[in-house]
Amino acid sequence: MADELRIPVTADVDVVTARQRGRELAAQAGFSSGDQTVIAAAISEIARNILNYAKRGEVLLSVVTNGDRQGVIIVARDQGPGIPDVQRALEDGYSTSGGLGLGLPGARRLMDDFDVTSSVGTGTTVTMKKWRHMNA
Amino acid sequence: MEVPILKQGHYLIASIQSALTDADLSQLREALIERVGKFRARGVIVDVTALDVMDSFAVRTLRDIAHMARLRGSETVIVGIQPEVAFAMVQLGLTLKGVSTALDLEEGLLFLDQQAKLRIERGSGRIDRG
Repeated sequence: MADELRIPVTADVDVVTARQRGRELAAQAGFSSGDQTVIAAAISEIARNILNYAKRGEVLLSVVTNGDRQGVIIVARDQGPGIPDVQRALEDGYSTSGGLGLGLPGARRLMDDFDVTSSVGTGTTVTMKKWRHMNA
Repeated sequence: MEVPILKQGHYLIASIQSALTDADLSQLREALIERVGKFRARGVIVDVTALDVMDSFAVRTLRDIAHMARLRGSETVIVGIQPEVAFAMVQLGLTLKGVSTALDLEEGLLFLDQQAKLRIERGSGRIDRG
């Protein structure tokens, strides 16, 4: 994969950096300003989850072309405690951090593809994609 | 980055100038609640026009500000939520239930003036200390 951007997440300022880089990348890939905001909001939620649950991790951003569509791929991974019940974590309003419980399910609604792999004691990887049709 | 808080008449205006970290947002909450008392403010306007994203933490903090200010006798109105930001908020499932909003600063000031008038009409307004 070409041009992968890697943003370490260890403090709340990194959450802002990650979403700003994500917005820039989405703009370069031709996404509308509405979609750029949607992508930035999704990154903000999953990057904050890294801080809240794992303390440290990283966000990887890249652009991919697939036939007549172009997309941004966002991977957020950490080596934190992991999520015991991923299905439950994807439900609205479920939180173990005292938050609103809208981070993961909200980010899922904002993106086209959304995948969470997690194992207790090993860490969590969230992979999400947003697509746009080219020449459309 | 610290958010400047201006005092205009009986109101406080917090004008967010750039993207904020979670710590910045928490700091804004503390500063506003403290200043509501210090300046005996009757209304608070938080202008979020320059905010790049309203995520769950930002929404929770704004809600907290509005509820805390109300407990201190001050009405809060959030102004300047941009169309794309509103769209993303709705998709995320974020609401500002129980919090007043207005299109921009001008509308926000008008709203607070109306609220003040209503309070006086209902006889529950504070006595004007001149």
